[in-house]
Amino acid sequence: MTLPLRVLVAKVGLDGHDRGARVVARMLRDAGMEVIYAGLRQTPESIVETALQEDVDVVGLSMHNAAHRALAPRVVEALRSAGLDCSVVVGGVVPDSDIEFLHQRGVAAVLGPGASAEAVAEAVRSAGADRADRPPLNARSRHPPATGEDGT
Amino acid sequence: MPQRKRWQREYEQTPRRDADFETLSGVPVEPVYGPTDAEHPGVFPYTRGPYASMFRSKLWTMRQFAGFGTAEDTNARFKELLRSGGTGLSTAFDMPTLMGRDSDDPLAVGEVGKAGVAIDTLADMEELFADIDLGSVSTSMTINSPAAIVLAMYIAVADETGVDRSALGGTLQNDILKEYQAQKEYIFPPRPSMRLVSDVVAFCSAELPRWHPISISGYHIREAGSTAAQELAFTLGNGFAYVESAVAAGLDIDQFAPRLSFFFNAHIDFFEEIAKYRAARRIWATWMRDRYGATDERSLKLRFHTQTAGVSLTAQQPEVNIARVAIEALAGVLGGTQSLHTDSFDEALALPTEKAARIALRTQQVIAEETGVVHVADPLGGSWYIEELTDEIERQGLELLAHVDEMGDGSMLEGTIEGIEQGWFQSEIGDASYRFQRKMNDSRWILVGANGYTEGNEDDPPHTLYIDDAVEERQLKHLADVKQKRDDQRVAASLRSLADAASRSDENLMPHLIGAVGHCATIGEIVHALEGVFGTYTEGAWR
Repeated sequence: MTLPLRVLVAKVGLDGHDRGARVVARMLRDAGMEVIYAGLRQTPESIVETALQEDVDVVGLSMHNAAHRALAPRVVEALRSAGLDCSVVVGGVVPDSDIEFLHQRGVAAVLGPGASAEAVAEAVRSAGADRADRPPLNARSRHPPATGEDGT
Repeated sequence: MPQRKRWQREYEQTPRRDADFETLSGVPVEPVYGPTDAEHPGVFPYTRGPYASMFRSKLWTMRQFAGFGTAEDTNARFKELLRSGGTGLSTAFDMPTLMGRDSDDPLAVGEVGKAGVAIDTLADMEELFADIDLGSVSTSMTINSPAAIVLAMYIAVADETGVDRSALGGTLQNDILKEYQAQKEYIFPPRPSMRLVSDVVAFCSAELPRWHPISISGYHIREAGSTAAQELAFTLGNGFAYVESAVAAGLDIDQFAPRLSFFFNAHIDFFEEIAKYRAARRIWATWMRDRYGATDERSLKLRFHTQTAGVSLTAQQPEVNIARVAIEALAGVLGGTQSLHTDSFDEALALPTEKAARIALRTQQVIAEETGVVHVADPLGGSWYIEELTDEIERQGLELLAHVDEMGDGSMLEGTIEGIEQGWFQSEIGDASYRFQRKMNDSRWILVGANGYTEGNEDDPPHTLYIDDAVEERQLKHLADVKQKRDDQRVAASLRSLADAASRSDENLMPHLIGAVGHCATIGEIVHALEGVFGTYTEGAWR
């Protein structure tokens, strides 16, 4: 049996619109994934740190503020230079014309406004599938969820 | 005295617009309908509207919110607006400014000038309002955590250009409580933030009598996913918290309450929204009179700005949004709004293009000029459905307000801060937005173009506005120039005096802020100095 995917959901930059990130976090949990919700004002460095500690398969970034072009590629770079192979998925207000730009810079998938729960889960699953098949990076122990993380 | 008599007296005292108050086919129309002993507009508790004659006297203000790029870019847009007859300026700030960060802050990368204008120092504010007479315009500034700093800059520009402070008119959003609950643009912890708000209210009450020091906003609470009743209750609760805080600071309630105004969402459930505005006016008037002892009628009348629901718009088949916005705007008007912003149809994709913004404004003009809905105050009053729904939303709102009151042991201020620190508001809103999303996923609610009627989704998207990265470079260079020219010793001294004053709770910070911005201290430096005394706020664990 495969272990559930571990997904880090975060917002980078200064934007505080967290409705999408919170709802997506709960949807992914409903879809059987283990979700670490890092919340607001994360930096590429803080994402690397959490991704490492929590051994995540996918990093989901929620962006609503036109900063995706500057910030999403930085997160990918920071993860790669720390030797992490987890996939990065971006959701939020991203113009179609920027999607290719993000793909070229290593973003696995981009989800626009109105994406259904199934579409979000599917994109995250397929972004993570790649990594889940691989052997553990560093003995891949599964931690119990941190406190405050269950959806009650 | 029966309601009709009191209404009549009010109505006769107000001037009317020069217009034909009749239907399209020529049927004469009364200013209000209903039994003589029923509620009337302009009469306590104002359920049917704050004024007796409503839109017969004055249409709502069509106030479209805009801002982008550098101060120079926005100044050009302002001047164009003034040339074409506008008198109200509405300023959107970029995200770094809203968070009290300078454009050269590492966290500001990619966000400078993107969703509004970038303001680092007084020099930017001078440019933003260059060649504009601050004594003759009304300026709305949508900013919260650093609101006091930005107001200090505005006052400094007025001082420099010889405009008397008492002539300054406008609105500062300055509603910090909903930031912790919904929009999440906070810097300091709740208590020192409330002190800054009270300092602004006290300062304006003494020196800027024409200024609206707080716009108590439910808009963001709704956008974050709340229900209509939650939007109503949390917003009014925040309003009562500001009232308690200003009274505790020694102000007389009738001295500042007439200058408080509200800002609500107009979502897509037409009747529910209208009922929400009616219930809001009723609760505010009743509590202000009976709980807080306000006696000036203007303190009891809830006046509000409305914006159509950004969250109701789809990126799919975006032209359909024009229909949504029209329905939502009509709800705002029938609910008796004092001013209105209509969203542009392309807002789920990007900042609006000029054409999309014009269609949004034209939508308001269709309602105002063509439909005839402006002839009668509260035309839906007396509808069995609307009256029942108004009572139900009032009941639900009062229940939520009672919970806040309970959390604060009889103080709305304490209850609100307690609710924020416990994460109660945040989880109430989060749960509501999740329930709604589930409903959509299960197709129990259809959003046209998103989970139904998707034919046409593959059409080419409309042309959208693109802000290039050159804005960021220009702003960085500008900031570096200002920093080079200013007197660093005077900046440091003014920041020390600000921090000293901040550590004494009985001192109003506004004069110190005006002093610091006058020496071109940056918004980031001022926030940093205050953080040294106030600390910073981080949200607790996710619930």
